[in-house]
Amino acid sequence: MKKMNENNKMNIEEKKEPMKGFGGPQRPAAGMRMGPGMRGPAEKAKDFKGTLRRLITYLKPFKTSLIIVLLMSVLGTASAIAGPKILGKATTELFRGLMMKMQGVPGAAIDFNKIAIIMAWLIGLYIISSIFSYVNMYIMAAVAQRSVYNMRKELNDKLQRLPLKFFDDKAHGDVLSRVTNDMDNISSTMQQSLTQLITSIVTMLGIIIMMLTISPWMTLITLVTLPASAFATKAIATRSQKQFKMQQKTLGQLNGHVEEMYTGHKIVKAYGKEKDSIEEFNQINEELYEAGWKAQFISGIIMPVMGFINNISYVIVTVAGSIFVTKGTISIGDVQAFIQYSRQFTQPIAQTANIANVIQSTIASAERVFEILDEEEEIQETENPVRLEKPRGDVTVEHVSFGYSEDNILMKDMNLVAKQGSTVAIVGPTGAGKTTLVNLLMRFYEVNSGRITIDGVDIKDMRRGDLRNIFGMVLQDTWLFNGTIKDNIGYGLENATDEQIIAAARAAHADHFIRTLPEGYDTVLNEEASNISQGQKQLLTIARAILADPAVLILDEATSSVDTRTEVYIQHAMLEMMKVRTSFVIAHRLSTIRDADTILVMNEGDIIETGNHHELMAKNGFYAELYNSQFMGRKI
Amino acid sequence: MIKLLKRLKPFTVPIIIVTTLVFLQAIAELYLPNIMSDIVDVGIVNADTDYILRRGLLMLAIAGAAGIFTIIASYLGAKVAVGYGRNLRKNVFSRVESYSLHEFNKIGTASLITRTTNDINQMQNVVVIMLRLMIYAPLMFIGGVIMSVDKDPKLATILIFVLPVILAVILWLVKKGMPLFKSLQKKLDKVNLVFRERLTGIRVIRAFNKIDRERKRFDEASLDLTETGIKVNRIMAFLMPALMLIINLATIAVVWFGGHRIDSGAMQVGDLMAFIQYIMRIMFSLMMLSMMFIMIPRASASAERINEVLDMYPEINDPENPVETDGRKGYIEFRNVCYKYPGAEECAIKNISFSAKPGETTAIIGGTGSGKTTLVSMIPRFYDAEVGEILIDGVSIKDMTQEHLRKKIGYVPQKAVLFTGSVAENIRYGNPEATMEEVESAAVAAQAMEFIEEREGKFESIISQGGTNISGGQKQRLSIARALVRKPEIYIFDDSFSALDFKTDAKLREALKSVTSESTVIIVAQRVSTIMNSDRIIVLDNGSISGIGTHRELLAGNDIYREIVASQLSEEELS
Repeated sequence: MKKMNENNKMNIEEKKEPMKGFGGPQRPAAGMRMGPGMRGPAEKAKDFKGTLRRLITYLKPFKTSLIIVLLMSVLGTASAIAGPKILGKATTELFRGLMMKMQGVPGAAIDFNKIAIIMAWLIGLYIISSIFSYVNMYIMAAVAQRSVYNMRKELNDKLQRLPLKFFDDKAHGDVLSRVTNDMDNISSTMQQSLTQLITSIVTMLGIIIMMLTISPWMTLITLVTLPASAFATKAIATRSQKQFKMQQKTLGQLNGHVEEMYTGHKIVKAYGKEKDSIEEFNQINEELYEAGWKAQFISGIIMPVMGFINNISYVIVTVAGSIFVTKGTISIGDVQAFIQYSRQFTQPIAQTANIANVIQSTIASAERVFEILDEEEEIQETENPVRLEKPRGDVTVEHVSFGYSEDNILMKDMNLVAKQGSTVAIVGPTGAGKTTLVNLLMRFYEVNSGRITIDGVDIKDMRRGDLRNIFGMVLQDTWLFNGTIKDNIGYGLENATDEQIIAAARAAHADHFIRTLPEGYDTVLNEEASNISQGQKQLLTIARAILADPAVLILDEATSSVDTRTEVYIQHAMLEMMKVRTSFVIAHRLSTIRDADTILVMNEGDIIETGNHHELMAKNGFYAELYNSQFMGRKI
Repeated sequence: MIKLLKRLKPFTVPIIIVTTLVFLQAIAELYLPNIMSDIVDVGIVNADTDYILRRGLLMLAIAGAAGIFTIIASYLGAKVAVGYGRNLRKNVFSRVESYSLHEFNKIGTASLITRTTNDINQMQNVVVIMLRLMIYAPLMFIGGVIMSVDKDPKLATILIFVLPVILAVILWLVKKGMPLFKSLQKKLDKVNLVFRERLTGIRVIRAFNKIDRERKRFDEASLDLTETGIKVNRIMAFLMPALMLIINLATIAVVWFGGHRIDSGAMQVGDLMAFIQYIMRIMFSLMMLSMMFIMIPRASASAERINEVLDMYPEINDPENPVETDGRKGYIEFRNVCYKYPGAEECAIKNISFSAKPGETTAIIGGTGSGKTTLVSMIPRFYDAEVGEILIDGVSIKDMTQEHLRKKIGYVPQKAVLFTGSVAENIRYGNPEATMEEVESAAVAAQAMEFIEEREGKFESIISQGGTNISGGQKQRLSIARALVRKPEIYIFDDSFSALDFKTDAKLREALKSVTSESTVIIVAQRVSTIMNSDRIIVLDNGSISGIGTHRELLAGNDIYREIVASQLSEEELS
């Protein structure tokens, strides 16, 4: 376990997370929410209140906008609510005129003048309400997007300050999902639900007030259906949550299987396991189907059930209202208004229930984002940093001890002196702690005790950026970004000219293969950089380091995927560089390090032998055994 | 997208039932206002409480029926939609499993995963929405129009004025919004990409002190996304208020003109009230439809990606009349084989001819990109030769089934891949019938015993997905054990020892010697020491064979080989 741990530290091999679309599979497009039926189970936040309060702080810079939004939504909704009542007046007016006419009242006519005035009022009201709600959403668009942008930025800045340990320990997919899915969740909630929540509440209150002003009795009758719908929503929601959880679980299984089978496609083919793989897939798929349709069905019931309850209240309102009208207690227009109100009433209830769910999952998302923001940061930069103007590259390691965790000390009292121009090779079996030294030199990790100096300056007294500028590093793990080859090599040096880039590529023996690519230096490396081979990638990373022209060179299995013939060419090219620089070379091909000034033989975190090749061979110890094992094949 | 929706065919019957039920539901809902107008026009006018109550009960009954219809429709709809997703997923997965490496690499692993999972879920969601709303909305629309015309054809002419306005608003939005939604998705992908690179490259970024550059890069992408997000949402902000305004104004118009018609005795008040409700329903159904336009761009992007998979057929298929090999075992012959990667200008390997017999070890060595892996990938028929042919046991590999061919081969790739499951299960992947003794002896030969013994649970210890809980070297050893337990005629080791240190490498080779003595071994290697005792060494240079022979022969007559050797062994060792 110990060995493996160390190995994993450097092999940041990312499992490509499938690109999550926005919001993941359960979410429809950002512009709309599909009603209560479509959402997955809401996750519970651990600290709802605290997280909510913290989330609200992101809205603070937009206080004025938010106050305007609040005011406008209250006014806008209020005027929209007043509509049916005023329209009802028009209907009443119509009906009254009509009844009088029917009853043969002389001179009776419908008073169209009065109706026209009512209508004019209404038109004005509706226009105002529409304008308000448009301006509202218009403002909210900026507020929501900008506050999420700020949050994303803060998250991004935070990542700069996190120690490497964080990245080595956390699964990339998880961090990525927090930045994308969780952020997106927060953004849509701010865009949609916040205004919805305000308008829903205002609408509900407004409707109740309006209904009360029309007829308290009728209001009471209408509200009878309220507990019924609340009860129904709750009953269905709990049940559907269970099914959604089940669906989520099987979906996870299915995704896992797909990912694994696709990553291992070659092996599946080579071993003729296509049938087995499909069979297992079908089985999980069938389970997913069972869980899926149930989840879909139960959540789909909400709408018709609410519709039915809605219809009941519609009937009750109509019947009761009509009876009241015949008794003369209320007017016909009021009944019409009531019908409209009761129709409008159920919607905000369903909406608020939905929003409660949404908010819960948003808070859970926010919590996950805050978790990253609260991670412990790297040790602060020193107050008065020393900057080496022309670093020579004399490196000393003095009594350093280190472990990735407190109870697992890997390196005990290590000492090392490397003068400018010397080459230090580090060899040893896998897991011996070779790359640990690199991690400490570059200050990716902090030493537990002792110190490391460059040109006599403790690396803790330098700014990390300045320290790392002294080093040029080539890792076994090649990292290139989605961009042209030129840009990738140019990464090593700000504002590098084309000539410099080509010269570096030539020195790394990459020039030839680059020129055989269709676009030459302007070839764009795709997302997985799968359009060039592993060896070619290594050549590019070497060119990048050559271009950077550092004082200290670190080559960590830099040529492991390059064939040995090319390796020799590169070594020749690098020899010139290495003459005037301090170099640290980690390799398991011992042929590459024979000429090093000092060879450190490491095993289980300790340096067990030191010396040059001949001295170590003469010692006939661990190194000699390791070295000879290379040629065992010949002896058999 | 339409092409994909054609796959709904097996569900024709339930879809027809759903449509009928939804239609009934729509009719029921449209009928309710009709009864209400009766209540007003007859009940209220005549003050007939009894009539009002009777009609009310009828309304309740109809509402109840509508509810039941919807529930049944939603039951069937859920089964159809999720069943559709299941079938699609099954088809896509089976198709991908049938792909040769060529088709597979064309799309790429990550993208194929997305297509099989997220994209299909997206399609399934569309079908859900479709069955819920896309049927309901047009039916409601048509029903509403019919009912309103039936109530009062003259008043219904208002619709002629209102509907074009609504349609214009919706079309304008769709036209403006669709491309923005598409670009929003792209920009989001860009943010994800930049961020993913930040995570994977953190060491390099910090080593090169490029933190500020990366911060800027992320910030640019993020800001770009933000701006587009604001734009999209602002356009969408227009939709609801505009539609609401139109609907409200239409209602006012109905009351106004309706009032005049009532005045002239052509219409009754209850009819007017019903009419208003019809108009409302018509407009709401249009709104629902407009919502669907927003879903379409996303779904159609998914559909496109799925179609690409379903439209691509594997190039490598089994022959119609497969030939079984005779008793010979482990004879490989390459006859003038060339292979060119699709789109490449030059052949990756050309004019490859050699043959190998059981008991022999053939090594392939050569520079980066010289075609070593391509060459050995030809043997299990991962790719088909463009020119020439490959014979195994005297039969062209194109004339036998892939299953028959691959049964003969134990393949160990450059990059070891393991699957979730126990160590024993992973080894048994090579041969499900292997006994525990066989599994153990394979592990011993592959030098895996030592670390397996150290693991808690030994052979039953679980390897996590992607093999993240064991080291690269351990993975390689297990993948070698997996090939060994298969006891194949032909072993292919594609640079399979690179993650091992020299000591383990040497021990492993020694152990392999006895295990593979009956088989044909093809081995790709970087280290001369690994292969110098091979019966035959093929030196590849830029895809062509530059020399074939034993270590000694090549050392005497092949410059490239000599250079490779010189790069690895010291002078005295060369002698």
